[in-house]
Amino acid sequence: MTSLVGMQSLSKHFNGVVALADFSCAVAEREILGLLGPNGAGKTTLFNVLTGLLAPDSGAADFKGTALIGRPVHKIANLGIARTFQNLRLIRRITVLENVLLCFKNQPGENLFNVFFRPGLCKRHEAGIREKALELLQTAGLADKANDLADNLSYGQQKLLSIVCCLAADADLLLLDEPIAGIAPEMAERILAIIADLPNQGKSAIVIEHDIDALKGIAHRMIFMDAGRKICEGAPDDVLNDPRVIEAYLD
Amino acid sequence: MEYAAHILVVIGIYAILGLSMNLIAGFAGLLSVAQAGFYGVGAYVAAFLALQFHTPFVLNLTVSAVVAGGLGFVVGGPSLRLRGDYLVIATFSFQVIVLGVFTNWTSVTGGPMGLYGIPPVHVLGSAITSPLGFLVLVAATAAIVLWIASRLARPPFVRTPKAIREDHVLAAVRGKNVARTKLSLFVVSSAMAAVAGVLNTYYMRFIDPSSFTVMESIFIITIVIVGGAGNLYGPIVGAVVLVLLPEILRLMGIPSAAAANIRQILYGLALVACMLWRPQGLIGEYAFGREATPK
Repeated sequence: MTSLVGMQSLSKHFNGVVALADFSCAVAEREILGLLGPNGAGKTTLFNVLTGLLAPDSGAADFKGTALIGRPVHKIANLGIARTFQNLRLIRRITVLENVLLCFKNQPGENLFNVFFRPGLCKRHEAGIREKALELLQTAGLADKANDLADNLSYGQQKLLSIVCCLAADADLLLLDEPIAGIAPEMAERILAIIADLPNQGKSAIVIEHDIDALKGIAHRMIFMDAGRKICEGAPDDVLNDPRVIEAYLD
Repeated sequence: MEYAAHILVVIGIYAILGLSMNLIAGFAGLLSVAQAGFYGVGAYVAAFLALQFHTPFVLNLTVSAVVAGGLGFVVGGPSLRLRGDYLVIATFSFQVIVLGVFTNWTSVTGGPMGLYGIPPVHVLGSAITSPLGFLVLVAATAAIVLWIASRLARPPFVRTPKAIREDHVLAAVRGKNVARTKLSLFVVSSAMAAVAGVLNTYYMRFIDPSSFTVMESIFIITIVIVGGAGNLYGPIVGAVVLVLLPEILRLMGIPSAAAANIRQILYGLALVACMLWRPQGLIGEYAFGREATPK
């Protein structure tokens, strides 16, 4: 298996609080990596570093052989990394469909020159992505909400939409921050099914989730981290039976 | 008739200014108080060219728009890295600098005395001097500006500015080049404001710095907020309402000395009333300053 994304000795401190300490790992193509750890373990910080929102104090990360650290946020996204947020970020005052459309990459109609001098190209591309977006919403079971404001969706539907957005971006690596926390079991099943299917589409994911049973069902491999460090790593059963993990979750 | 045509010309010029402001304030949520500066740059460049080189209207219009657009690029590059209050301060300093140049670069701008004796617009050999004739020119120009704005106000282009005004971090995470989008809009907006300035120059055939102060910038913002930020036609509604509002005073027979002061009060009241009871403006969709961006 070839490695899709690699992280080498990433460290990050916030005013003396350790968020990441010498953290290294790699994710292979078509692999789902589960990321476990107590609150404050540095899981979300890792996502922020990988997406360029935070600069690490030291360390390196690469994606398909391209260095990530120091690259602007939008360029990292366009390399093929998409993410969701724990506190659910969507553009709330535009429709569900527009949220999905926003995520398609390399749209000719976003360029000022094309808007005025190549309107035909913009129109054709727009029609194409509109069709794909509706298809994605159909598959996710959100088609009937396409023209509602994103703000009017239920919490679970919003979480689902944020994953559909990652699919629209056609990213090779999805960073999912608690994709099923706090939502109804039926919706969680739908979201887990989408995540479990990612490898079949050639995609990889890193999933942060506190629901250990759910994570166990989809992850090929797990990492347990605490205080910014990788405590253990391996097959889900091995990690979940590690005494240090059991101790942390019983505390 | 002359009077009605005059009012419509003024509405047309302010509608163009409102449309230009709406591109950045309405669609991308960026508050700039430099719009009168770009308006003035357009007015002065056109006046200077007309007086010094006797170049035709269309050429002067083009050059003014290009100069203001270029200036927008230079000013927007660094200042659009800022948001909110900081952007207001950065654009305010540009506004002050430009006004300082208008007032003090006497050899080019005529200083506080301004530039006068600007030749009228010639179309097919005949000069346009009546308000009615000029109204046709303003209406045609405003229609072109509206067309340009409409191209930018629809998807796919408008999605990115709308995403930026709500959550610029998320827009970047979605792969959007936030800086480039803001700068594109700022450049087009600056050029549009300059077009309004050129029309003002040829209509009044006299310009001085007092037309391009920060108060004028605030008036342009008021047009957008009262009309409806983020709606393509909002600034047109705003321009109609705010230009007509003080005309009511004239009909009521209030002496002109008092009318000027009452007009300022009316504008202030309109702005405060909108912010309090109708933040999205008369026909707008975006409540300016109300929709806080998440950290």
